[in-house]
Amino acid sequence: MRTGVIAKKMGMTRLFQDDGRHVPVTVLVLDKVQVVARREADRDGYVAVQLGAGTAKAKNVSKPQRGHFGKAEVEPKARVAEFRVSEDALLDVGAEISADHYVAGQFVDISGQTQGKGFAGGMKRWGFGGLRATHGVSVSHRSLGSTGQRQDPGRVFKNKKMAGHMGDRQRTQQNLEIVRTDAERGLLFVKGSVPGHKGAWLLVKDSVKEARPADAPYPAGLKSVAASNEVQPVAVEAQVEAPVETNDGQEG
Amino acid sequence: MNLIQTLEAEQIAKFKESKTIPAFRAGDTLKVGVKVVEGERTRIQNYEGVCIARSNKGMGSSFTVRKISFGEGVERVFPLYSPNVDSIEVVRKGVVRRAKLYYLRGRRGKSARIAERRDPRPVAEASEA
Repeated sequence: MRTGVIAKKMGMTRLFQDDGRHVPVTVLVLDKVQVVARREADRDGYVAVQLGAGTAKAKNVSKPQRGHFGKAEVEPKARVAEFRVSEDALLDVGAEISADHYVAGQFVDISGQTQGKGFAGGMKRWGFGGLRATHGVSVSHRSLGSTGQRQDPGRVFKNKKMAGHMGDRQRTQQNLEIVRTDAERGLLFVKGSVPGHKGAWLLVKDSVKEARPADAPYPAGLKSVAASNEVQPVAVEAQVEAPVETNDGQEG
Repeated sequence: MNLIQTLEAEQIAKFKESKTIPAFRAGDTLKVGVKVVEGERTRIQNYEGVCIARSNKGMGSSFTVRKISFGEGVERVFPLYSPNVDSIEVVRKGVVRRAKLYYLRGRRGKSARIAERRDPRPVAEASEA
């Protein structure tokens, strides 16, 4: 299991394929996605990498957080998230992930906070039909209708769909296809829509339902590696060695 | 320009390297060469009619062409930057005072005609010469 990435939603556009098909895509940008910390089995009880993305002004970052970023020797990040990884996919602190981490045709799961719709009625929130336009209906054209039975049970069941706050919830969209990547600018082109508004932070992970393609870099597509693909296997070996060194440094 | 606009501008620039889009507007009669896939081979099919609308939305730009086919009105919306649109040729320019000529939908024959637009400048040059 390799790490996911933190991405920022930039907006939607369309791409035309060579065969004339057009694909609606959402553009995500990887903005300085770096490893901020590592979680290791012997110290933390689980294995994960903590990634940070974007930039935060130092004056807006709390002192403990400044220390945390300082220890990793990275700039303060706007968004930090942990991704569970398998032991061999653990990354070096400070390593920067590039858009090459994903390959075209790969499927990913994207989670984020959906757009808030405020307090919404039953018609908008649950797709209820509402009441009739005429035939004696007054004032309550968009009301719920009945919410229960008679004296028995004499109450409204729990979880009854009613009006309330809609949207602004954590949601994951599964099996979104990566149409294209742009490593130079750190862009991911994902087919279709993703949760959230423009500028929102999203977590992109390899799909849980579709197998990862064989040509996707493992343990991760890193920035320095992205320069040339031939060097990749060598760089991966170097990475595997590198964590051992940092490990000693942290313990000492 | 934001990132999306930059990306679209790049795509449009790339498209314009291989193809040119003539200047046309609503009211002009166009001949659009459309790529049609028939089994293995592709061919170009011409579709000729009056452009009744243009929408400018970056890569999402499109235009609508209306014609009368076997006594039945037919409208087709073409994406402006689609690789399926092989060529666009302006057959005739028309004088109209609307950007969207949806009023043509309710008209037939004589009332659906559009007067021809003649560019005044080339005529003036011709008279001088």
